[in-house]
Amino acid sequence: MAEITLDRKDVLPVLFPNPETYLIVTGLAGAAKDAAEYTREAANLITMGGAMGAAVPIGLGMALSAPSDQVAVITGDGEILMTIGSLASVASMMPDNLTIVCIDNGMHGETGGQKGHTARRTDLAKMAEGAGIPSTMTISTPAELDAGYRFLQESPAPRFLCVKVTEAPPSSYKRNWDLVEGRLKFRNAYLARQTAS
Amino acid sequence: MADERNDDWPKLVFDRLVEHGVTLFAHVPDFGNDKIVSMADAHNETRSVLLSNEAEGVGLCVGADLVGSRAVLLMQSSGVGNVPNMLSLITGGRFPLLTIVTMRGDYGEQNPWQYPMGQAVQPVLEAMGLQVIRVDRHDELDQAVVSAINAAFVAGQGIALVLSQKFLGAKSF
Repeated sequence: MAEITLDRKDVLPVLFPNPETYLIVTGLAGAAKDAAEYTREAANLITMGGAMGAAVPIGLGMALSAPSDQVAVITGDGEILMTIGSLASVASMMPDNLTIVCIDNGMHGETGGQKGHTARRTDLAKMAEGAGIPSTMTISTPAELDAGYRFLQESPAPRFLCVKVTEAPPSSYKRNWDLVEGRLKFRNAYLARQTAS
Repeated sequence: MADERNDDWPKLVFDRLVEHGVTLFAHVPDFGNDKIVSMADAHNETRSVLLSNEAEGVGLCVGADLVGSRAVLLMQSSGVGNVPNMLSLITGGRFPLLTIVTMRGDYGEQNPWQYPMGQAVQPVLEAMGLQVIRVDRHDELDQAVVSAINAAFVAGQGIALVLSQKFLGAKSF
């Protein structure tokens, strides 16, 4: 494994220079904070504050129901391990509009930084490959970010990108925790775009 | 009045769901939902989605709702034990949810492993804020299905339609 030198704050701007072109769902904690700050909680973003493990299943439900849209799941290593079998569910359905990006800091940052499986022996890109996801990649240095971006643009979907990052903290952005508002904002904006187009 | 058994009940359930715009049939396989899943695969406007764990199904239904679509979660009673924390999404976000639970571990059950979760189905679902509509008789199915669909997708409630073993018939060993 290459040395991990990537700071998570540098990841999303390079991987998603045009975040408005995706429907984005994040897992809880760090991934939610980073994406909320980066997009300023745009209406094409929905973030979790709990329900650990929900991000990939929500992304799959969106991708299958909105096949003309690109769907991105942005989540953490602990979150994705909670429902790791959902990668098999994704592979069986093979949605060609689903991108999964795991920001893998190897720890449970929200609960005190306890070391997780991926800081020990677990390799999430290999688990995704084993689940049957056709395109998988791991990056861990700033120099690899552009290759990560090209992977998201060019590799056959569904695709899984594991972004190994240092233990640097996520954004301290204070996002809206109200899921009722979050649902209505996302859903109404999506349906308004459908009516307009 | 004797309840007239309708062995074609899965078709009634499937037809009602399709009539009301359900397109995704998320499920963990069970004898009780097998025919509905086959119908979802055969119909050109619906798809079945095989899950690894029932918890994923709650997220899948939420994802469908966020883009204006309708999904249903089909699971055996034992699967109810896998979903409670995910139901935070439904009560916390006021998402609609329709799940159809095919029972084990109640009337006529011969497998002792099925009883603990089977007997906990209704209290677990209700503890997480879902409403339970239980079906014991074939003559009450149609109205129960339509009621469950309307409560979920028109009124935006979290609804579990529970098909009991009195309704389904108990599996013999």
